[in-house]
Amino acid sequence: MLLSAAVAIAERRSGKPGDHYYAGRSRAVVERSYIAFKSSTWFVILSGFVEPVLYLLSFGYGVGQFIGNIDSGTGKMVSYAAFIAPGLLATSAMNGAIYDSTWNVFFKMHESRLYHGMLATSLGPLDVALGEMAWALLRGLVYAMGFMIVVAPLGLIPSWWGILAIPAAVLIAFGFAAFGMAVTSYFTTFQQMGLINIALLPIFLFSGAFYPLTVFPGWTQALIKALPLWHAIELIRGLTLGAIDMRLFGHVLYFLVMIAGGLFFTTRRLNALFMR
Amino acid sequence: MSENLIEVRGLTKKYGDFLAVDGIDFIVQKSESFGLLGPNGAGKSTTMRIIAATSQRTSGEVSVLGKDPEIQGPQIRAHLGVVPQQDNLDTQLTVTENLYIYGRYFGLSKKFINSKISDLLEFAQLEEKRDTKVEALSGGMKRRLTIARSLVSEPDILILDEPTTGLDPQARHILWDRLFRLKEDGITLLLTTHYMDEAEQLCDRLIVMDKGRIMAEGNPAALIKKYSTKEVLEVRFGSNRNAVMAPAMRELCERIEVLPDRILLYTENAETVLENIVAAGHHPNTSLVRRTSLEDVFLRLTGRSLIE
Ligand SMILES: Nc1ncnc2c1ncn2[C@@H]1O[C@H](COP(=O)(O)OP(=O)(O)OP(=O)(O)O)[C@@H](O)[C@H]1O
Ligand SMILES: [Mg+2]
Repeated sequence: MLLSAAVAIAERRSGKPGDHYYAGRSRAVVERSYIAFKSSTWFVILSGFVEPVLYLLSFGYGVGQFIGNIDSGTGKMVSYAAFIAPGLLATSAMNGAIYDSTWNVFFKMHESRLYHGMLATSLGPLDVALGEMAWALLRGLVYAMGFMIVVAPLGLIPSWWGILAIPAAVLIAFGFAAFGMAVTSYFTTFQQMGLINIALLPIFLFSGAFYPLTVFPGWTQALIKALPLWHAIELIRGLTLGAIDMRLFGHVLYFLVMIAGGLFFTTRRLNALFMR
Repeated sequence: MSENLIEVRGLTKKYGDFLAVDGIDFIVQKSESFGLLGPNGAGKSTTMRIIAATSQRTSGEVSVLGKDPEIQGPQIRAHLGVVPQQDNLDTQLTVTENLYIYGRYFGLSKKFINSKISDLLEFAQLEEKRDTKVEALSGGMKRRLTIARSLVSEPDILILDEPTTGLDPQARHILWDRLFRLKEDGITLLLTTHYMDEAEQLCDRLIVMDKGRIMAEGNPAALIKKYSTKEVLEVRFGSNRNAVMAPAMRELCERIEVLPDRILLYTENAETVLENIVAAGHHPNTSLVRRTSLEDVFLRLTGRSLIE
């Protein structure tokens, strides 16, 4: 039998570890998102970018007038706007990633049957999971870069280490995308999906974007420190304010674990859902 | 030389406690056109999905091109073109984009896919809709696009789950013709259908399934010969009188089936039976003489008609 191109491509992967789950082609899934995005409304994207800028203007410069300088947590005093800017950057990376990896994924999984179609080809579930997360992560990256372009000229990124906030935002977006998609893949109703939005608001408000955690009693601090957004904010703040120490590695590790866990559970769940 | 592309042995599939496929065996050879026939819930789609490596079996052995779909899913799927019972086109994309991205999922190059798109659009008779969003297509157009999409990767085996459901008669005949040509090119077809004429036209061999089991297997003509007579006489006495007339009909013909709206009399010579009915003083409202079909085979095997 003459080998078709599709077969030759699939055979090249055959025998490699994980060939049952992964065809090494998550790019095709990203490409699909890009084609769909080209004809979608720009303004949804824009709103995710504008939101943190508005917070920055309102709180950083409005409320900031009454607060003056604030202890960054390392003993250095910084302006209030410079204190919250990294918090808002981390939050916008989170929001960008979460939006694509939760509601959009839910729709594709349950309404449009898109993944049924993908998984009938020689793609594997890990390709789909990685591809979708990569897209969500790109969105997080775009938000983070847009925000940086606005805040850096305002002098809110005092340290050159701040450049690393961009790759850090990518890591953070990846972590949230992986986590968001894993959770979504276990949800089956709109009500359950609503929980994600309900959970996000307090996480955003209390994870230390607007003031140091020291205002809270010890047990509350411990709880918040278990949540991903706190690690994200601390990581980015450490970089933008140039407070580099070993704790930053801890935050990076947190996100690496989040990514690995998210990928694992998403792949497993997609396999269970579509290979039933 | 014959080559077994698909081998299924003792296949079972449970959903929870429910046994959807109950120990079936069959073999499909290269370039053969093989049909799965049966009423709703017979287990046809379930069987197809297991072969297409998108569902896991409960027990038994399945081999597709010598590979186990549970172990080498992506490698097997690279050989397949799948038309699922329920369309799963990408509704956010246009017709052309759907064909393109599906090829990309198989890893095919842009150049390769783009060189195929106009042929596929012609195949689906969708040239005028090439830049239309899939959302805006009619049901039949979506079906045709799904079928065209399954061909983008030049599959060796085409798996078609009720391909012509929702197509108008003309589109159905065109599709039969296209499928027939694909078969001549050496593509193996595995299909399910509810339409007896479709099965008789397209299938070299078929199995009749009911409640997860195989009731019969063979080529359409042989099945008709084995399980039915040459001709059928259909008589209608009006819906409330069919049951009343059944005993009288039974005396005139060795095998009859009483359906709610008509009585079927299986015989080698339907005209003679009809003359005998009239001679015995019965007066059906309408009568029809026809050749037997797979529909009758099905009725014989399961006691139920295929399209309820
Ligand atoms: N995902 C599922 N979960 C639970 N039960 C299922 C699932 N899929 C199918 N079934 C059950 O398995 C049986 C066989 O279903 P299947 O779809 O294979 O039938 P079919 O022969 O294709 O029927 P139809 O002609 O209606 O398409 C049915 O009783 C159905 O309810
Ligand atoms: Mg079915």
